[in-house]
Amino acid sequence: MIIGGIDIIGLIAILMSASTPVLLAATGELVAEKSGVLNLGVEGMMIMGAVAGFAAAVATGNPVLGFLGGAIAGALMATLFAVITQIFLSNQVASGLALTLFGLGLSALIGKGYEGVRPPPTAKIDFGPLSDIPVLGRIVFSHDWMVYLSLLLVVVVWIVLRYTRVGLVLRAVGESHDAAHALGYRVVAVRFAALAFGGALAGLGGAYLSLVRVPQWTEGMTAGAGWIALAIVVFASWRPWRVLLGAYMFGGITALQLQLQAAGYAIPVHILSMAPYVITIVVLVILSAIHRHGVQAAPASLGKSFHASS
Amino acid sequence: MNRRSFLKTTAATAVVAGAGVPALAQDGPLKVGFIYVGPVGDMGWSYQHDQARKALEKAFGDKIETSYIENVPEGPDAERALTQLALAGNKLIFATSFGFMDATVNVAKKFPNVMFEHATGYKLAKNLATYDAKFFQGRAIQGTIGGRMTKTNKIGYIGSFPIPEVYQGINAAYLAAKKVNPDVEMKVVWAYTWFDPAKEADAASALISDGVDVLLQHTDSTAPQAKAQEAGNVITFGQASDMSSFAPKPRVSSTIDNWTPYYTKRVQDMLDGTWKSEATWGGIDSGMVEIGEISDAVPAEVKAEALKLKDDIASGAVHPFTGPLNKQDGSVFLADGEMATDDQLHSMTFYVEGMTAEAPK
Repeated sequence: MIIGGIDIIGLIAILMSASTPVLLAATGELVAEKSGVLNLGVEGMMIMGAVAGFAAAVATGNPVLGFLGGAIAGALMATLFAVITQIFLSNQVASGLALTLFGLGLSALIGKGYEGVRPPPTAKIDFGPLSDIPVLGRIVFSHDWMVYLSLLLVVVVWIVLRYTRVGLVLRAVGESHDAAHALGYRVVAVRFAALAFGGALAGLGGAYLSLVRVPQWTEGMTAGAGWIALAIVVFASWRPWRVLLGAYMFGGITALQLQLQAAGYAIPVHILSMAPYVITIVVLVILSAIHRHGVQAAPASLGKSFHASS
Repeated sequence: MNRRSFLKTTAATAVVAGAGVPALAQDGPLKVGFIYVGPVGDMGWSYQHDQARKALEKAFGDKIETSYIENVPEGPDAERALTQLALAGNKLIFATSFGFMDATVNVAKKFPNVMFEHATGYKLAKNLATYDAKFFQGRAIQGTIGGRMTKTNKIGYIGSFPIPEVYQGINAAYLAAKKVNPDVEMKVVWAYTWFDPAKEADAASALISDGVDVLLQHTDSTAPQAKAQEAGNVITFGQASDMSSFAPKPRVSSTIDNWTPYYTKRVQDMLDGTWKSEATWGGIDSGMVEIGEISDAVPAEVKAEALKLKDDIASGAVHPFTGPLNKQDGSVFLADGEMATDDQLHSMTFYVEGMTAEAPK
């Protein structure tokens, strides 16, 4: 299906893969923030996931182990952040920024030996005849397994947060840690778990960048994707489906604007290149304005330190 | 972001002596500082500058001391990084990206005794020199190879920012390709970044899905090379650095920026006290622009043609911009037989006739 020189189906297929790193990181950050912790270290966790995932995949020759390595690296970074902010109660904003700087530096150091190395390819899932279905085949059945996993994670996060006891406890901790504590929930333990989960997802997103999307290791290769993920969580009012919408819109418009350029459209390039940011923000802001229901979207305890004595 | 080496050297910079003397004071090594727009591990632009810095250390030994700050964003942050280097006692500072221009001009005003060198810019001052390489000469050779080898007659170009240096590259490649293949069409995608592997990969994907089978990049990472390799039937050229890990295919040749001879000369001038502000624009002839090995994926006769063009450009027999040549809007750029002057090239912000894409305003 080609509209105005743009292969729409190809575009949708590309945007799903292009949006996956940001989607994974944003989903993880959403869970962390729902537990009441603001972790600005997404970029640092992503880049550590990118380098660790790359190193693990190259060392083992197995991309699955690579993604596992990326997730573990991200989770470790998040755990470090958790120790600093939940046990030593240091400022979350400053610690998060420090985590990003630390991650960028450490990943550059680890990655020195991996420049110019090629990772083992991540296979696309073979759906057999399914991928030959017109339109749907290319959109739905033409991806590598990480794309499906990222979508599955959005669904799981949504279900857990909304319909399960675990989700209720997590949200309670995020809304009022004192009340949750009074009820006997272990606020710090919940936050540790939420942060580690968020870190693992950010690490997965980074590994997807270095193993599939680019695919190679280059210093500083996340180039701000972690910050985009953070922004999407806020503009999506901490809702999983809107995070999905935001991430896909951002990735989609980024891919679309490049294709419009390649197809030779006479739209000023400056406007095209700012379009992903502007349109994503505008759409998400309008959505949250419509569906506000009179409540503040942010978890009430977001960014506040908790100590049992207070 | 990443200032390891800078921190390392600042510790030893308490002794800033000899203020007021532009050349090296006798007490201690000459301090030479660099700021890079990307990481030194980009394997492209910043990597090449850093290779030259390392060559300086090797050549001058303990007569000089170098330090660098990498990943410096273009804009106000560059001013801070340059000021840091100047305060740290560096007497010669290289700002190695176009977007550092105004920051370098401002900081040069504040530190009249520190000599600055700005890469690819055009603003000079008493203590601010500029240097640049004629990358477009390499682009002409890439265009020749691309024009001969394309099967779809579509050549893709990932532009960074719409500045003269990039327009020169696009136009030179297009003219050279059209000369050997009149049906060739040039597709341009502006990435608005020098270094963002994911975005560069997306730009490459967009061009490849549009039917491009020859891909030129003006951005600094090897991501487009990886995408071309994935696509299979696409050829690419190394940008700034040889990018030989992608040879023999997709990378069939490259333009290598060799800054070592220039940096060596300028540091020697500082040591001798003969440094002066000037604008340098080196090409293939001076060794500043090198053409990376043309791989076996290129047919022998095309390779010979490309190498001949290289020799002709080096000797001055051929200029990639020779009239008759019109701008895209049809107005005359060069009359018959006229060769573009350096000034004309420095203000090139238009496409040449035949390009179908719209130039960013």
